[in-house]
Amino acid sequence: MENLIALLVAAPLLGAAVLLCGGRRLDAVGHWLGTALAAASFVIGVVLFADMAGKDAEHREIGQHLFSWIPVEGFQADVAFQLDQLSMTFVLLITGVGSLIHVYSIGYMEHDERRRRFFGYLNLFLAAMLLLVLADNYLLLYVGWEGVGLASYLLIGFWQHKPSAATAAKKAFLVNRVGDMGLSIAIMLMFTTFGTFAFGPVLESTGETSEGMLTAIGLMLLLAACGKSAQVPLQSWLGDAMEGPTPVSALIHAATMVTAGVYLIVRSGEIFNAAPDAQLAVTVVGAVTLLFGAIVGCAKDDIKKALAGSTMSQIGYMILAAGLGPIGYVFAIMHLVTHGFFKAGLFLGAGSVMHGMNDEVDMRKYGGLRKYMPVTFVTFGLGYLAIIGFPGLSGFFSKDKIIEAAFAKGGTEGWILGGVALLGAAITAFYMTRVMLMTFFGEERWQPAPDPDKAPSVEPGIEVHPGEMPHPHESPKVMTIPMIVLAVGSVFGGAFFSIGDRFIHWLEPVTDHAHGHPPISALAVTMSTVAVMVIGVGLAWLQYGRRPVPVVAPRGSLLTRAARRDLLQDDFNHVVLVRGGEHLTRSLVYVDHTLVDGVVNGTAATMGGLSGRLRRIQNGYARSYAVSMFGGAAILIAATLLMRAV
Amino acid sequence: MTQFAAAATLSAGTSTGEAFQFWVLGTIAVLGALGTVFMKKTVHSALSLAGTMIILAVFYLANGAYFLGVVQIIVYTGAIMMLFLFVVMLVGVTAADSLKETIKGQRWLALLCGLGFGILLVAGIGNAALTEFDGLAQANAGGNVEGLAALIFTDYVFAFELTGALLITAAVGAMVLTHRERTERAKTQRELAEQRVREGKHLPPLPAPGVYARHNAVDIAGLLPDGTPSELTVNKTLRDRGQIRDVSAQALNDLKALERRAEDRLERTNSGSNGKNGEASK
Amino acid sequence: MNPVNYLYLAALLFTIGATGVLIRRNAIVVFMCVELMLNACNLALVAFSRMHGNLDGQIIAFFTMVVAAAEVVVGLAIIVSLFRSRHSASVDDASLMKL
Repeated sequence: MENLIALLVAAPLLGAAVLLCGGRRLDAVGHWLGTALAAASFVIGVVLFADMAGKDAEHREIGQHLFSWIPVEGFQADVAFQLDQLSMTFVLLITGVGSLIHVYSIGYMEHDERRRRFFGYLNLFLAAMLLLVLADNYLLLYVGWEGVGLASYLLIGFWQHKPSAATAAKKAFLVNRVGDMGLSIAIMLMFTTFGTFAFGPVLESTGETSEGMLTAIGLMLLLAACGKSAQVPLQSWLGDAMEGPTPVSALIHAATMVTAGVYLIVRSGEIFNAAPDAQLAVTVVGAVTLLFGAIVGCAKDDIKKALAGSTMSQIGYMILAAGLGPIGYVFAIMHLVTHGFFKAGLFLGAGSVMHGMNDEVDMRKYGGLRKYMPVTFVTFGLGYLAIIGFPGLSGFFSKDKIIEAAFAKGGTEGWILGGVALLGAAITAFYMTRVMLMTFFGEERWQPAPDPDKAPSVEPGIEVHPGEMPHPHESPKVMTIPMIVLAVGSVFGGAFFSIGDRFIHWLEPVTDHAHGHPPISALAVTMSTVAVMVIGVGLAWLQYGRRPVPVVAPRGSLLTRAARRDLLQDDFNHVVLVRGGEHLTRSLVYVDHTLVDGVVNGTAATMGGLSGRLRRIQNGYARSYAVSMFGGAAILIAATLLMRAV
Repeated sequence: MTQFAAAATLSAGTSTGEAFQFWVLGTIAVLGALGTVFMKKTVHSALSLAGTMIILAVFYLANGAYFLGVVQIIVYTGAIMMLFLFVVMLVGVTAADSLKETIKGQRWLALLCGLGFGILLVAGIGNAALTEFDGLAQANAGGNVEGLAALIFTDYVFAFELTGALLITAAVGAMVLTHRERTERAKTQRELAEQRVREGKHLPPLPAPGVYARHNAVDIAGLLPDGTPSELTVNKTLRDRGQIRDVSAQALNDLKALERRAEDRLERTNSGSNGKNGEASK
Repeated sequence: MNPVNYLYLAALLFTIGATGVLIRRNAIVVFMCVELMLNACNLALVAFSRMHGNLDGQIIAFFTMVVAAAEVVVGLAIIVSLFRSRHSASVDDASLMKL
């Protein structure tokens, strides 16, 4: 069984290699090959899961040592895999959702002439992501971490002919790099502290290490998680990452890659448990991001960017839960999985809507689509109900548990975190209802297709005739079936996990679990969650359901305008980082030009001028030199005499 | 000479005779040195130096350095100075003999440095307490040459050997420097002529100096067709010495004299014409 | 008379020789002035020998003479070859070190 682990990674890696190196002759079958290998990986994952489920909880962890990567005295880096319940959860999520999105992409990317390459990148992503969650040490995890970053970069910039996509890809890559720096520093700190970076030895010896060092490692890991999971302050790339094809947004920027930060924190749980300050920082980051993303999500008219804000916010929930320690780890992962289902479903639904609406992304130009796209409407609606936490659907279970755990943190912190989480739930209900109402309800506000010359952001390969009115239509089966599957997951996932605390028992051996004791009863928490959800939905209905939605966005309040600009995140980065960097470099250049170059050039000029003058002494006549020698001798004698006289 | 030497040997001080000798010969030596520096012609410089060296030899003897005095005369004055004269003969007179200074400020700087240096040396000697003279009576007791020999072959034997090596090296070096081995075939006359044609230089032989009925000398420059003297016709050495006689005006002068004589003969002189005028006035 | 006068004479001759080196252009004369300086030194050495009552000064003067002889041989050879190649005995013409 152990030997199958490597195959999990190898299958999509093989797909990537074949598809990317195979050339045009694979164009015809490339998408099927990519999908088949993703599915193969999923099948292997299921086989491994069945095997694992058959063992007792204590013996479920298996590992596979492939080869010694860097066998140096005192520095042992192995390519070795570790498959435990946590990794298993991720493997199933990644390969399952990944395979569904591969299938969906067959339809979505049908008209794109670079579809083979797209599937190659998707397979590369799957391989890297699986490597990330299967690695048994931080260094190999880092390889996967960088691999998903690369795949993300390639896929965001897939339509590289669009300057906005190319820029977004670069932005994502650069911001991620900040986080990656945190991870690499954390690994270096681990190596200096523990002498190794394998999960086992590092996490077992946290008790013998100083809290300061653990806090440092924890903060660096948090920085890494912020970069990959788009958490404040490294959140700015996620919104722009929506420039990529919608399946990419669904797979990488909603369901899997962006949750790698959560995985990292949960996996490193022992470090955070021993470093309360770092843990607190994690919760703060999560709480801030969950509000940040939710507020941004409320203001965006671009359906994908609204969903991106939502993703940020939901990952904020997970990070918050992961920061709560053993009372939250399981719920973080549980929310991660359910979110993977419903958010992927929502994105696929959004892609389906765009597919039918000439790639229009502005929700103000949608409206009344439920009649034209029934399957999309139903699946999107189920995903919507799941994310707002409608009782009985998956989001309800996982989010409710997180809010409960936040209150259970205890003390003032608990009240604040719980309050924030509740507020976030209300805002989530508001913005998701807004998306729902603006897209599928109300009157039809469709606009003729824009002139591609004026608005070059139209996705290629799809025939759009300028001035043509959109003809919304249901997407082909190859796209709707994955949406249906994901919708089923969104509906029943939460209940399946929660009934009988199945998920808790499943993960407990790995992540450890403690039952929190919230200051108010669990029932009260649940009631208030449902209550704020209803309030959020009501408010959204008041604004967008009862009144017609204007096609041109109203000016809006100060907060709305700020939120439309992503709460000024780019302006902040521009002012603080770009300007600051520019000023720094400019002053450094100035210092270099004036001071350093001045000293150097001044020395050179002084020497040059001096030599120019001294050169005249060198007339080449031996007699002139003899005079100076003679004069020198006279001076020497004079000096000697003076010395003697003194 | 032996008397002076005996005086030096016997006492640490100096006799009146030695003092007299010092002042007279010392003055001549200084004059000789100045002559060496300031004589315009190299030969004169060399002779002045030879004189100074002979006087120095006398002073060596007076100071009890008999061996050195003899060596000074034989080796220095006899051999080295003759070598100098040979070289002077080889090199001949050149423009470098001119005492005119060509480097700006060199002469004044040199004189200033020399003066300062001299004053400092004199001051240094005067400053040093050099009153006691032991005399060489004891050192020269076994004979000056024997004493030197004893030292050279004991204490200074290594230096002595080294000077031997130095002399051999110098001899070889002089040979290497002056010996010219022909590394290529000598050019034939035809080749030389062709080379001259190629280079466009003066093709025919150099013109002969001016030859006149009354003046037939190599120091007279021949005249070009326009009447200007051509320096090419005079030997280079004479040119360097500035011993060219210019006879460019001679022909005109001769012509004038001829005309005058002719007029004299024909009695058509100024006085004649005056006479005519006189006759007319008469 | 104090024998120290020999030293003053040596100093005077040395200075005249040095000045001659500096102001004459003819390499042969320059060389002769160098010889004059060497001789002045020899005179001083001989006077020192008498002053100290031992023969070491004379030995040094003797070595000086030997070295001077070697130097003259080489120096004159250099002058002759210089003259051959440049047709000049002026030390100023050998100013190739000038830029």
